[in-house]
Amino acid sequence: MSWLTRVRNSLPFAPRRETPDNLWVKCPSCNEMLFTKEYEDNLSVCPRCNYHGRIGADARLNQLMDEGYELLPAPEVQEDPLKFRDSKRYTERLKQARAKNPHPDAFTAAVGTIVGQKAVVGVQDFMFMGGSMGMAVGAAFVAGAERALEEKCGFIVVTAAGGARMQEGILSLMQMPRATVMTRRLREAGLPYIVVLTDPTTGGVTASYAMLGDVHIAEPGALIGFAGQRVIQETIREQLPDGFQRAEYLHAHGMVDMVVPRRDLRTTLSTLLGYMQPAKAA
Amino acid sequence: MISYLEFEKPVAELQARISELRASAEGDGIDITAELQRLERKSQDLLKSTYASLSPWQKTQVARHPARPHFLDYVNSVFEDFVPLGGDRHYGEDQAILGGFARLGGRKVMLIGHEKGHDTQTRLKHNFGMGKPEGYRKAIRLMEMAGRFGLPVVTLVDTSGAFPGIEAEERGQAEAIARSTEACLALPVPMVATIVGEGGSGGAVALASAERVLMLEHAIYSVISPEGSASILWRTAEKAPQAAEAMKVTAQDLHQLGVIDRIVPEPVGGAHRDPQVTAEALAQAIGEELDALSGKTARQLRRMREDRFLGIGVGQPRRRLR
Repeated sequence: MSWLTRVRNSLPFAPRRETPDNLWVKCPSCNEMLFTKEYEDNLSVCPRCNYHGRIGADARLNQLMDEGYELLPAPEVQEDPLKFRDSKRYTERLKQARAKNPHPDAFTAAVGTIVGQKAVVGVQDFMFMGGSMGMAVGAAFVAGAERALEEKCGFIVVTAAGGARMQEGILSLMQMPRATVMTRRLREAGLPYIVVLTDPTTGGVTASYAMLGDVHIAEPGALIGFAGQRVIQETIREQLPDGFQRAEYLHAHGMVDMVVPRRDLRTTLSTLLGYMQPAKAA
Repeated sequence: MISYLEFEKPVAELQARISELRASAEGDGIDITAELQRLERKSQDLLKSTYASLSPWQKTQVARHPARPHFLDYVNSVFEDFVPLGGDRHYGEDQAILGGFARLGGRKVMLIGHEKGHDTQTRLKHNFGMGKPEGYRKAIRLMEMAGRFGLPVVTLVDTSGAFPGIEAEERGQAEAIARSTEACLALPVPMVATIVGEGGSGGAVALASAERVLMLEHAIYSVISPEGSASILWRTAEKAPQAAEAMKVTAQDLHQLGVIDRIVPEPVGGAHRDPQVTAEALAQAIGEELDALSGKTARQLRRMREDRFLGIGVGQPRRRLR
């Protein structure tokens, strides 16, 4: 809201006006100015260049799941276990992130149906501290997997993260084996675990639960990799190939099963769940 | 000839004085034995007090010391009858991650670990201990085989991180690390991991997801290198000492956090000052851990491992600030 709007709206005699600030959005890829409404109706995909914009957990759940899904409670975890401080306190960073986000951390899970098929869906939100994986993300992943085990249904995880949350140091690294314990349990229970990789998915998240799915789906153009591009460039001092670490590149190298545009995700997931029914115990 | 680290300068100066004295006394024929003994004792005390209170950043330098013993040193000093096994059967042979059959005081084990190399030639050969997908896939192959033949798995972790390069990404570095972590968790046999130098991020976890995780006294274990963290969070790698402090990377801190189970003592002045003593302490610690785990069923071992990782950091949940 601009100061002018604020002043205008606080005047009792002037008619209140809806803020026009978010009427337009600029596509981060092709710079085209788009009507926000049009952009959102198109699932936050640019109608001109097909850029798949980053979306929050609620938008994602609404796009993928049938109405009436139930959000799982966010698990309570130890806050700021290392009393971490860089240029700012970690607790301060958390507060700021929470002020801008409807959820208390970067992983939100829900149970419900996708075109009528039961599933637990976990969504990592890049808007919350870069989606980074700390104890809260790990705990929410575990809780989501546990719910899927209880409900005997599939677990679908939509990943988006720069990697581990550095402010939690080694405890964030420990989320890698922690999540892997759960993906193993799902497999042993014969339940499908499907990963939807979105922009960006890198670091410790890619090197654990994002690469352990029965099926890997990537959104077009998503950056997916282990090491960051700058780190690679500094290490090898070579030009990176075109499209390096993009969804299509990973598909070509056998790391994801398919690249699926956002508008087809919901039906793709439902088709997959239809095939991946828990095997009947012998 | 030992190479001194920056913070060891006072010790280095004392040692230089001792050498000088010795040289000059030889010509003069004066008896300075008592003085030399006094200085030696002083130097030893200084070394001891310095190492008793190393900062996390100083420990980082000790953990990376070029003369610190590496995998191939331990292969000969801790283990016997090492039979190296090579290749991932898919793509190639990675010399950054080595492994094979070995004996530890009579116990048959599968030994796997990172090798950094000790001079330019060997560092290049072992890619500075930075594993590629084929290295992690070799580790998976060896772990699966260990499971089939009932051999406990012993890993020695010493890497700044998995290799960040084009071909590593192309061949699925992330997937290889994830699967290696999974292979650890799935083992039906005991697994004891020891961080002997640097435990760098996912490249370390992939070989350290064991039910018992040990650390040498001056080793470090972290989610990202102090330099990496500093350049991201402080926007300059020069803040690495602060980053090392804030991230809690030392064996002592990690033991308190419940991330590691046991600290293996190093000789005064670090592992590189007396590799033999280090090897003996390591052999004893790993041996004791293996003995304590022997007799457990596959189910019990997996359960231990799962509970261990699910339980880390879960101690006392505190109210969320909002």
